[in-house]
Amino acid sequence: MPIPIDRERVHQLMSEGAQVVEVLPRAEYEDEHLPGAINIPLKELDRERVRGLERGRPVVVYCYDHQ
Amino acid sequence: MSPRAAARLESLGFEQVYDYVAGKADWGSSGLPLEGAEGSETRAGAHVRTDVPNCRLEDGLQEVCERLDESGWDTCFVLDERGVVLGRIGRRAIRGREDVPAETAMTPGPSTIRPSARLRDVVERMQRQNLTSLPVTTSDGTFVGLLTRGDAKGRSANSRSENAGSNARTHASKI
Repeated sequence: MPIPIDRERVHQLMSEGAQVVEVLPRAEYEDEHLPGAINIPLKELDRERVRGLERGRPVVVYCYDHQ
Repeated sequence: MSPRAAARLESLGFEQVYDYVAGKADWGSSGLPLEGAEGSETRAGAHVRTDVPNCRLEDGLQEVCERLDESGWDTCFVLDERGVVLGRIGRRAIRGREDVPAETAMTPGPSTIRPSARLRDVVERMQRQNLTSLPVTTSDGTFVGLLTRGDAKGRSANSRSENAGSNARTHASKI
């Protein structure tokens, strides 16, 4: 089950090499995103799009806020 | 949206999936850098003045006055022990009251903005409300610095390339 995390834990995971994925649409990602984050919009999240992600490393996903 | 994305990733075989539920709104409002076309340079947090004096509730106004004189600013922020903004004191509120604590003279609960606020929105608000500056705090109220209207206007204009000759420093009076 995915683990909800806060900002401090994101920092920690990033320093440990986690992959950070913004799942908002591309235009919103291009406006602003976390440092080093890649973009895979939720609507495009399928087997093909996740090929670039390493399964052995943690993945942190985020969108804009709680909504 | 991110909980569904996290669930989808697990369904695709990923075993270490974490959901940063507060998202980039939380990241930006805490003053951390963002990348992209609307990244940190277009946000309030990148242009705050951090040399504005501050004091505690119990500090005497004589002491506050000295800090203002040393810094060249005409405003001082009253912070608690965690750095949370409690109030603001202008030089005019001090005159003739040097013996009382800052708490007595401060204007409590000043309006603040987050570091992630877009400069163009801030400029519009400052013009509409005739504000010369706005304190910038993180989402938990911790003081980051002061954004002057001159700085905001200059940077905002520069970022839109509407005023190539604009120089933010010419507007940077210590209000």
